[in-house]
Amino acid sequence: MTITKNTNGDALEIAIEGRLDTTTAPDLEKEVKDSVEGIKKLTFDMAKLEYISSAGLRVLLASQKIMNKQGEMSVKNANEDIMEIFEVTGFSDILTIE
Amino acid sequence: MNELEIEAKVENLDKVLAFVDEKLEAANCSMKAQMQLDVAVEELYVNIAHYAYNPGSGSATIRVEVEGEPLEVTITFIDHGVPYDPLAHEDPDVTLPAEERQIGGLGIFMVKKSMDDIAYEYKDGKNILTIKKKI
Repeated sequence: MTITKNTNGDALEIAIEGRLDTTTAPDLEKEVKDSVEGIKKLTFDMAKLEYISSAGLRVLLASQKIMNKQGEMSVKNANEDIMEIFEVTGFSDILTIE
Repeated sequence: MNELEIEAKVENLDKVLAFVDEKLEAANCSMKAQMQLDVAVEELYVNIAHYAYNPGSGSATIRVEVEGEPLEVTITFIDHGVPYDPLAHEDPDVTLPAEERQIGGLGIFMVKKSMDDIAYEYKDGKNILTIKKKI
């Protein structure tokens, strides 16, 4: 998994590339925790995300809870297979999907 | 070789997925089905790695069979750890808002939703979990 961060004022965009699974999810969780201070708008770009398991969903949920307190969070460019996982798990109702 | 016996540690997840993916690719499995099967394998294997031998360690066996017309994949997980039926969990409420959502049970719920069949038995001191999916 490769994580690319792009900050613009109080907006942060995190692009995730590759696999978000049990092994890589802790890395993303750390990146989010280390960089959301003062951020009001967090966006995950999933254009190059190939795979997500419940460990990855757990990080998205934790991030959503943080951002509920300090601003907003959204997810964009998720592919069809990942969208289906969001739908089956009810995450499509929790996340703001662009 | 359609069977992999490996020490049940989370660090070995990559090896387990590589083993399963090789079998699925050889069967020309669609990307979508492969992703769903990978998610299922990850959830079930990580469950074993976390709970079967805690504390301590032991092995997990993963068997992949592809057969039939239309092609159906059967993946069997065997461990000799503590008896544990992951299907006995109640399904999580997937309609709750973020603040009230608990993540527990979500993995197995994803597996139930994406597989055609899932079965558990405890036999001869072994946990045997089988998933099936047409590809």
